[in-house]
Amino acid sequence: MTSYLLRGVSVVGAEPADLLIRDGSIAAGPAEGAEVIDATGLVALPGLVDLHTHLREPGREDAETVETGSRAAALGGYTAVFAMANTSPVADTAGVVEQVWRLGREAGLVDVQPIGAVTVGLAGKQLAELGAMATSAAGVRIFSDDGHCVADPRLMRRALEYVKAFDGIIAQHAEEPRLTEGAQMHEGEVSTRLGLTGWPAVAEEAIIARDVLLAEHVGSRLHICHVSTAGSVEVLRQAKARGVRVTAEVTPHHLLLTDELAASYDPVFKVNPPLRTAADVRALREALVEGVIDIVATDHAPHAVEDKECEWAYARPGMVGLETALPVVLSVLGERWDLIAERMSRTPARIAGLTGHGTDLAVGDPANLTLVDPSARRVVDPSELASRSRNTPYAGTTLPGRIVATFLRGKPTVLDGKAVK
Amino acid sequence: MIKHLRSAADLDAATATLILDTAGEMAALAGREVKKLPTLRGRTVVNLFYEDSTRTRISFEAAAKRLSADVINFSAKGSSVSKGESLKDTALTLQAMGADAVVIRHPASGAPHRLAAWVDGSVVNAGDGTHEHPTQALLDAYTMRSRLGRLEGLKVAIVGDVLHSRVARSNVLLLTTLGAQVTLVGPPTLIPIDIAAALSPATKVSYDLDSVLPDMDVVMMLRVQTERMQDSYFPSAREYSRRYGLDLARMRKLPGHAIVMHPGPMNRGMEIAPEVADSSRSTIVEQVANGVSARMAVLYLLLGGKA
Repeated sequence: MTSYLLRGVSVVGAEPADLLIRDGSIAAGPAEGAEVIDATGLVALPGLVDLHTHLREPGREDAETVETGSRAAALGGYTAVFAMANTSPVADTAGVVEQVWRLGREAGLVDVQPIGAVTVGLAGKQLAELGAMATSAAGVRIFSDDGHCVADPRLMRRALEYVKAFDGIIAQHAEEPRLTEGAQMHEGEVSTRLGLTGWPAVAEEAIIARDVLLAEHVGSRLHICHVSTAGSVEVLRQAKARGVRVTAEVTPHHLLLTDELAASYDPVFKVNPPLRTAADVRALREALVEGVIDIVATDHAPHAVEDKECEWAYARPGMVGLETALPVVLSVLGERWDLIAERMSRTPARIAGLTGHGTDLAVGDPANLTLVDPSARRVVDPSELASRSRNTPYAGTTLPGRIVATFLRGKPTVLDGKAVK
Repeated sequence: MIKHLRSAADLDAATATLILDTAGEMAALAGREVKKLPTLRGRTVVNLFYEDSTRTRISFEAAAKRLSADVINFSAKGSSVSKGESLKDTALTLQAMGADAVVIRHPASGAPHRLAAWVDGSVVNAGDGTHEHPTQALLDAYTMRSRLGRLEGLKVAIVGDVLHSRVARSNVLLLTTLGAQVTLVGPPTLIPIDIAAALSPATKVSYDLDSVLPDMDVVMMLRVQTERMQDSYFPSAREYSRRYGLDLARMRKLPGHAIVMHPGPMNRGMEIAPEVADSSRSTIVEQVANGVSARMAVLYLLLGGKA
């Protein structure tokens, strides 16, 4: 196995030093025989961990596969991604999660950790075999019906309780379904002007409020997917202050973009939950810095061209995000490397119970890391994305930062900004 | 001149006034024996209708034909669209056939905006989802101006299902641009709370029709679909009619000169009583006639005719 010496690298923003990677781990001592990478001006971060990725395989391999999604992830600085369960067939059995897990290991670009569905077929009626998925080779710990809310309060309560037996966690897509029937975008001035059915903030906030109370009642862990409103932040702040074991994620696009973009009627800006107002964006940024929102998760949602090149109401919601997540977060938070490492690597790994990722890059830690050039600027060109889909909302936008290299257990998955395979 | 008419917001006061003035000239033509102008000879206008709307389609068809344009009617039913063709592919087909203007009616809000990205010709919005219907607003404004002599300072009540109404959105935008004062009236479930902020800050909102009527120059009744009942926007057609329908007693509260409008098709006995619809205050039939003139003016100006 090749050893690498990263010369003059700033580990999570610290003073430049040499970092040796040997036998898959961060090592000390002599660097004889190591391949030297000039890392002057580069920052090493623990490999990013995404708790919310749609890899589309099995079922929609025309939009993304485990392999293409893994490549996009590695190019974005990720070493682990959690694959959502809304595939076809749904990842609601040990068989499907093991298949996804195995495809991920075969691709070998990031650790693909399947998320299991909470309910059979995401139908919200009956618990899926959560225990079987937990004890499968995939070792599932996060369960989510993402794309659908577990709306039935009794079922949600049971799910929260049941997964305690294997230290699982329910990741809720908070969307009160009756309040969002036919919803197309954030309900507000812009939706009123555009004549598009509104998705009211209260539909998210009401479910989060209910679920933090449920989690508190049964003493379970709860994770909230893609928090998008200022009101949700307040609900979470209060719950955390009371000691409820709730964690929450925000997507890069909800940290940067607003509902005004819908005025073009270009469905590349259609996403669920929808882009909100500038006031929501401000509140989400503050909450992320403060820690009320624990992590950034991409909600990378590839879609085939025909599912986006159509009327707004007929388009599927979602945006690709793996390859632009760190640049967007850099543009939002600035070069606060420790905070970025916390929100994009250490905390997501901790929430998921994923060992070997999100480390301090100390001697002996597995060499899961990424090298960032903070001085580089990039204009996002959809045709250059490694994802099989092109539905990025950032086309033509200049973003800071470039991923120079990514290492998975000491093996480069990205070098010179290019995927090694 | 603007290239597309996708929203009434595409029109500034000067352009809107030019269209209304041109519509007046077109209306004069309707009195002649030969109702045809050679202006758009050799130009092709496509009526692309994804929703059944005989009255709007016929109105656009008559408008284009009176300007001597070649008219192609393309309705989604029984066409390639019912075989699953996308809007983009339909657009490219029309483009290849050399459409100079595409008039589109579509159930999805914003479809005309998407279409405009895929064709070189002009796009005219003939009603998109719950968004807008700008030529309806133009014919309404034209009707108000011909009946009352002005638009500046007119007080106009638009009554009914504002939430789902493309007619209301376009009217608020256009009437405000032309200096009228609009009051939206209906049950709170059917009037978006941020409608004034969304469209025009000067817009007023009232939930009480009776208190509004004595002050109005124009009252425009919107069609209310009884299906809204199932969605609990209001309890019953009867209650709606009692609170927000325009009957004779309510009509008498209007000032003597005030007119009653309706974009059609009406639910007689629901939002408007038959005696009101057929009264001398009603402009409903005139609106239809003015529709052709207004649409002629739009096609004429968008396709580069000289006023």
